[in-house]
Amino acid sequence: MTAVTTPGTRGEAAATPPPDASPTPYSHLRIVPARHPGRWVATACVAVLVAMVVSSLLTNDRWEWDVVAQYLTWPSILSGAWATIRLTAAASVVGFALGTVLALMRLSRSPLLVGVSWAYTWVFRSVPLLLQLLLWYNLAYLYPHLSLGVPFGPEFLWFDTLGVIDKFGAAILGLGLSQAAYSAEIVRAGILSVDQGQQEAAASLGIPRRRQVTRIVLPQAMRSIVPTAVNEVIGLLKGTSIVYVLAYGELFYIASVIYGRNGKVVPLLIVAAIWYLVLTTLITIVQYYVERHYAKGAVRTLPPTPLQRLRWSSAVTRARLTGRPVPPHVPPAFAARARVGVLTRTARTSGGPA
Amino acid sequence: MTTRAPHRAAGRVEVHGVHKSFGTLEVLRDVDLTFEPGTVTVVLGPSGSGKSTLLRAINHLEKVDAGFVTVDGDLVGYRRCRGRRGDVLQELKEREILGQRTRIGFVFQGFNLFPHLTALENVVEAPLSAQRRSRAEVEAEARELLARVGLADKADARPRQLSGGQQQRVAIARALALRPRVLLFDEPTSALDPELVGEVLEVIKDVASTGTTLVVVTHEIGFAREVADSVVFMDDGVVVEQGPPAQVLDHPRHERTRAFLDRVL
Repeated sequence: MTAVTTPGTRGEAAATPPPDASPTPYSHLRIVPARHPGRWVATACVAVLVAMVVSSLLTNDRWEWDVVAQYLTWPSILSGAWATIRLTAAASVVGFALGTVLALMRLSRSPLLVGVSWAYTWVFRSVPLLLQLLLWYNLAYLYPHLSLGVPFGPEFLWFDTLGVIDKFGAAILGLGLSQAAYSAEIVRAGILSVDQGQQEAAASLGIPRRRQVTRIVLPQAMRSIVPTAVNEVIGLLKGTSIVYVLAYGELFYIASVIYGRNGKVVPLLIVAAIWYLVLTTLITIVQYYVERHYAKGAVRTLPPTPLQRLRWSSAVTRARLTGRPVPPHVPPAFAARARVGVLTRTARTSGGPA
Repeated sequence: MTTRAPHRAAGRVEVHGVHKSFGTLEVLRDVDLTFEPGTVTVVLGPSGSGKSTLLRAINHLEKVDAGFVTVDGDLVGYRRCRGRRGDVLQELKEREILGQRTRIGFVFQGFNLFPHLTALENVVEAPLSAQRRSRAEVEAEARELLARVGLADKADARPRQLSGGQQQRVAIARALALRPRVLLFDEPTSALDPELVGEVLEVIKDVASTGTTLVVVTHEIGFAREVADSVVFMDDGVVVEQGPPAQVLDHPRHERTRAFLDRVL
């Protein structure tokens, strides 16, 4: 199965050039691709497992796919999904805005700012989110009224706490403030990952401080911030389900209310799961393009997006079928690669196992 | 001294009694130097002799512990105030220091181009945001500068798509875009492959002919001989000797200079 060359013969071959030193001494030989028996066995095993899963999904009628289909676009489920999106978006904005401020505080030269930022992260990372949510929801017990005014001085505006912090408000505060503690560390790590020379070069050019951060440092930091940040947003999306303790009508709460009423627990959990999957997929697609945007400085040429690849390869195929030249908007490297792909594929089929 | 285009009166740098320590390590010890307007000075010395710190002190990237630096008579980083608190040196606000730096260009050993911006964007960034000049004017000038360093066709390329020599030439154009009176080069060619050194030195030579005061830290003795008006040799944080290249390079008076030149030549 495997051809073994003894070290001795290999050494000799390397030391002395082949007797017939024509420019392409091997070109008449057929290439036999390497075999990977282990890979074939593993593939077969996994294929059987996948088939088992699919068949059980289809044949076990306790999944009740008709109920799933019925509730997937149920108006209250849709409104729950929408509430989940709103919660995620608002908490992400609060979390990352405050997190960026905390990160900049942590990197400042004032010991008080550093200390406060550190303490914030310490407290909000230590206390369970569930507990935080309930605390925020009960803020009115601690402070029945909120007011705007001079610290320790006169107050100008009065609010009823219950009027300002409803279920949605408490959910945003709880999710957003605890998210800020995590995002602060993510943003700080991103900023630290940017080469010190960048900030130094900006300073030597006299670029104003704010501009140094927004134009030079943060865009480069984004490259390492984005993947982890999206991870956090996805975590947050699923984390919003914890808000059901406030009886706020997000996706999971609505699903649980419905199965509480009709007893179809599993199908409704599947409905919620499908929606979380769809939303996570959307976020992942956004992530791809955001990451691509911030990769501009880090790679020589950006790899094509899946859409571009699809468009280009269909253009190449069309050109090949019609015999016309490849249209000019297809990069020459891609057209060439497409051709090479065809060549290797034909080589493989002709040289592969009979 | 070589004859060159009429000097602009601006660009006189004076370094007086400068000390700088990092922890217990004294990197600069009582350095006194004057760089005349429009001249080219090459600073030589073994690594760790304080050359880079001297350059960084001139544009206040490093705060000195004692002594002071002036550019055209203005203190760098401080302002003399005779007020309620008596005759004092008031430390400048960061914004004012950033303003001062626009008169002092700096070219780094590692280029430090902004990798996410194109060559053109690198060059226009500081004139736009630090000098608040109009975009049309700045862009036209930036394209001229890129053409001058031989990169007219690379305006839209990002640093990662350029060779080291090209990147350093963009960095020089970026420093020139602020129309500085003084230009500091911190080992501009030591991160480059040998065959790329020449193109960068050519550009520096071209800049030298415009009357900007240049201070160049480099190990390129040939460049010093050809272009410099004066050569400064530093070792262990002090200026060991200075003078015209013919004197310092060919007839060094100090043993340490001689030993260093023997090693690099």
